[in-house]
Amino acid sequence: MIALPALLIPLATGATVAFWMLAPVMILGALGMIAARKPVHSALCLAAVMISLAVQYAALDAPFLFAVQIIVYTGAILMLFLFVLMLVGVDIAESLVETIKGQRTLAVLAGLGFGSLLVFAIGNAIVGPAAGLAIANSENGGNVQGIAALIFDRYVFAFEATSALLITAAVGAMVLAHRERLVKRRTQSDLAGLRLKRYAETGQHPGPLPTPGVFARHNAVDTPALLPDGSVSELSVSATLKARGAVLDSRGLVKPVDETVEAITEEETPRTTEDEL
Amino acid sequence: MTTTSYIVLSAILFTIGTVGFMIRRNAIVAFMCVELMLNATNLALVAFSKMHGALDGQVAAFFVMVVAAAEVVVGLAIIVTIFRTRRSASVDNANLLKF
Repeated sequence: MIALPALLIPLATGATVAFWMLAPVMILGALGMIAARKPVHSALCLAAVMISLAVQYAALDAPFLFAVQIIVYTGAILMLFLFVLMLVGVDIAESLVETIKGQRTLAVLAGLGFGSLLVFAIGNAIVGPAAGLAIANSENGGNVQGIAALIFDRYVFAFEATSALLITAAVGAMVLAHRERLVKRRTQSDLAGLRLKRYAETGQHPGPLPTPGVFARHNAVDTPALLPDGSVSELSVSATLKARGAVLDSRGLVKPVDETVEAITEEETPRTTEDEL
Repeated sequence: MTTTSYIVLSAILFTIGTVGFMIRRNAIVAFMCVELMLNATNLALVAFSKMHGALDGQVAAFFVMVVAAAEVVVGLAIIVTIFRTRRSASVDNANLLKF
């Protein structure tokens, strides 16, 4: 009789907690993905959704899919997305001007209708408690073994077709991303010849550019090198830093040199006058 | 957890993916929405697998993942090729086949 109230309280299992904690995260992540203006933010939201989904798989007795979801989706596919984003341009925010008038509103309305149809249809259709995967998982000694038994037995032809699909996709990606070279590749000797030709025609120095930094003061890349006459060597700093305005002020670099030179000459001047006296 | 909650979550995610695919014009983001739809379907498959007590649903989800991986590779290669020739990742600019 004492244990009865404890039995009546519905026990919150790990799966329930995971579901109610992660379902809002997933929906918010999905909404953030379609609402974010920058594609990188969309990708990060999608990553959150996918990792939460992996946890849901774990709660649904699918440890193999849990690992595959994280490795394949979050690890490989999403990184591929991010790579292409970096390639195509990270900071392109798309314009909010609608090409078809009222398209966004209509799309959201259609989505709402479709979603409610789906949710209510399913809410009415599903009956009966879940059978659970305990038996199916233990049949072959584990979840991975059970999936392997299915893949290499009942679904072996689908699995073989998958391998053909993957090879086709790899070849297709290579063909699509391949670019024909229109001009002959310039070799080392060609480049050396070009450098010397430029030296003969315009007098441009054929060797490497001067390195940045002032000896015993700064060796950072934003410090321009000083020439023997105290002026600044423009070639020693990267053009990108110059365009950003991140180059150190040259007057501050030249000043200590000038001060030292002045101090030395001042010290020398009185000595010569003493000698004369 | 009942199967219905998982299926409803899956339906909501699928709907968000559909809406995103319709309203976004950046080809990469539209592609991500397709991925979200595939993921939502996978969740439904895994939930059904638990409901029926058989691993077939998980195998189906596994195959969906493989097809999604192949699809992403080819799709992103197409996007990169289009971007290379047209300097834009917007789906509006790829209109040479427009009637």
